[in-house]
Amino acid sequence: MAKTETGPAPKVTRSPENGAPTTPPPLFETLSGIPVQPLYTPADIAPGLEERLGKPGQFPFTRGLHPEMYRARVWTMRQFAGFGTAEHTNQRFHYLLAQGMTGLSTAFDMPTLMGYDPDHAMSFGEVGREGVAVSSLEDMEILFRGIPLDQVTTSMTINAPAVVLLAMYVAVAEKQGIPPEKLGGTIQADMLKEFIAQKEWICPPRPSVKICVDMIEWCAKHMPKWNSISISGYHIREAGATAVQELAFTIADGIGYVEECRKRGMDVDEFAPRLSFFWDVHNDFFEEIAKFRAGRRIWAKLMKDRFQAKNPRSWQLRTHAQTAGVSLTAQQPLNNVARVAIQALAAVLGGTQSLHTNSMDETLALPTEEAATVALRTQQIIAHETGVTNVVDPFAGSYYLESLTDRVEEEAMAYIKRIDEMGGIIQAVERGFPQKEIADSAYRFQMQVERGQRTIVGVNRFGGDEEVSIPVLKIDPEIERRQIERVRSVRAKRDAGKYETAMVALRDACMSDKNLVPFVLDAVRAYATLGEISDVFREAYGVYREPAVF
Amino acid sequence: MARKIRVLVAKAGLDGHDRGAKVVASAMRDGGFEVIYTGLHQTPEMIVQAAVQEDVDAVALSILSGAHMTLFPRVLELMKEKGIGDVLLTGGGIIPKEDMAALKQIGVGELFGPGTTTGAIIEYIKNSARAGTGTAR
Repeated sequence: MAKTETGPAPKVTRSPENGAPTTPPPLFETLSGIPVQPLYTPADIAPGLEERLGKPGQFPFTRGLHPEMYRARVWTMRQFAGFGTAEHTNQRFHYLLAQGMTGLSTAFDMPTLMGYDPDHAMSFGEVGREGVAVSSLEDMEILFRGIPLDQVTTSMTINAPAVVLLAMYVAVAEKQGIPPEKLGGTIQADMLKEFIAQKEWICPPRPSVKICVDMIEWCAKHMPKWNSISISGYHIREAGATAVQELAFTIADGIGYVEECRKRGMDVDEFAPRLSFFWDVHNDFFEEIAKFRAGRRIWAKLMKDRFQAKNPRSWQLRTHAQTAGVSLTAQQPLNNVARVAIQALAAVLGGTQSLHTNSMDETLALPTEEAATVALRTQQIIAHETGVTNVVDPFAGSYYLESLTDRVEEEAMAYIKRIDEMGGIIQAVERGFPQKEIADSAYRFQMQVERGQRTIVGVNRFGGDEEVSIPVLKIDPEIERRQIERVRSVRAKRDAGKYETAMVALRDACMSDKNLVPFVLDAVRAYATLGEISDVFREAYGVYREPAVF
Repeated sequence: MARKIRVLVAKAGLDGHDRGAKVVASAMRDGGFEVIYTGLHQTPEMIVQAAVQEDVDAVALSILSGAHMTLFPRVLELMKEKGIGDVLLTGGGIIPKEDMAALKQIGVGELFGPGTTTGAIIEYIKNSARAGTGTAR
């Protein structure tokens, strides 16, 4: 495979006369290392294009999931937000909704993501920094105060303790008088990509996947409008994967979840319509569009042919997308506005269902309100000023794009085949296969940048001496102290009897094959904290430690 | 023959962003250093213990979670306590300029932000680490 070259570090080439570094010739290849010709003609398209494309809204969905795409409804503009305490983030949510945002998306802080209460030693210095701190149902009630949960859709980016946050969301809705079947939204709950890339875990891979499958199963019965998982390529890409690797490892994760659900005796059409995906949108404009199209085609074929799904909704790869945080630069941060706009356009031309555009200041800190607003306005400009929403899949038939879509599909499928041969994605992850491939790609890219073969404007070319300074969001260290006080007061004032009963039942359930969701739901209703519930998982299943390889 | 420079590349706290740490570790290894990588989710105590055990010339701490103003001072304090205050403490991540300046004030070495070349980091450690200069910083 072209892009998996390993071995010693590339060396800087030097002039034989004076030993000065020389600039190597430009790379005519995509970010995945696919060679690119100067010109594409009909000869570059393999026969059978019409069959590979299908009609929009029809198998294999290469051209998009809906016959009219954005003419009927533009994508959901869903900006990820969260910082400080629940009060701070609740205010930001109200602000963003007032600016025309159409769906909520919650970012949690590191202790919450890792299943620690704010007063745990591991939480020291991290409370409220990268997202909002949610330690108990009380925080969740404040987070969604004044937001009727049957009228918005909410995405929650949480994985290892996802079942706790799902339960809290359901419990907050209960208090608003809204039953779970009326709740729309997404919980990320994709643990496989955590072991591959994002590295936020509690327990080892197998029990972690078991809990993900518990959620898929419970949501299929009780939350018909809820996406019980967001199978994510985003973090895989940000960790250094190429577009092809992002596509391949993510689809392989999807296959892994489908297989685990089937082992439990679930019918594929029971849960597959609520599986959702999440792509990164990077700088290589055409390759990104090709990735979205190839992804839909691969998934549709897998679901129909390999897993024998009958419901056309089971064949559809529905996706959220986010512009590539890793492509943004701390140098000349205003340039990031341009990068984000171009990436967002690729996601739209690729047919995304929802989109987050990054703020220009995200390499420096969480976004300020002003930067977050510019990011949202960028989407509104694409949706309402450029005219790209008028035509479905406008690049279809382009000699280059169709040839690239085929090539991306082919290379991703080659990886998927290798993973199948290893015994599936769980085994591949336990062997560290995707992890190593990603680290190698990250290193290869960095060396290309350092040799000058890849240009990053404002970093290795066109750099200015003048420092551009933009305002940066500051997180008050006082937040940590306040969050610790709040969680301690929750523990002190809750009904101790109810809490004990729920926790004993949860411990017992962890020792059985039972679906854990109802037990976690009872525990959060009794105001058990996120850290306490995660401790039950730690005791029952053990704590994961990654082998430190590079 | 001169001893190779030994560097501990460390990830502290809950932060799981290890792309940069791994790229830097690989580049240092290819640049002739002996590299020990701690893996993720280390406490300052674990990092300093590893630095003592491995007898390193430099500790390179990677933090992208915003917790640098608590973790760097804590690691530095423990290094002094354990008698390795002469070992270079450097690092990188998403660290605002004014925080870099404040950390330098208390004795932390150069800190590297996004866009730094691995070459610049290697050069700096060669010139500043214990084995590189033969003297304490």
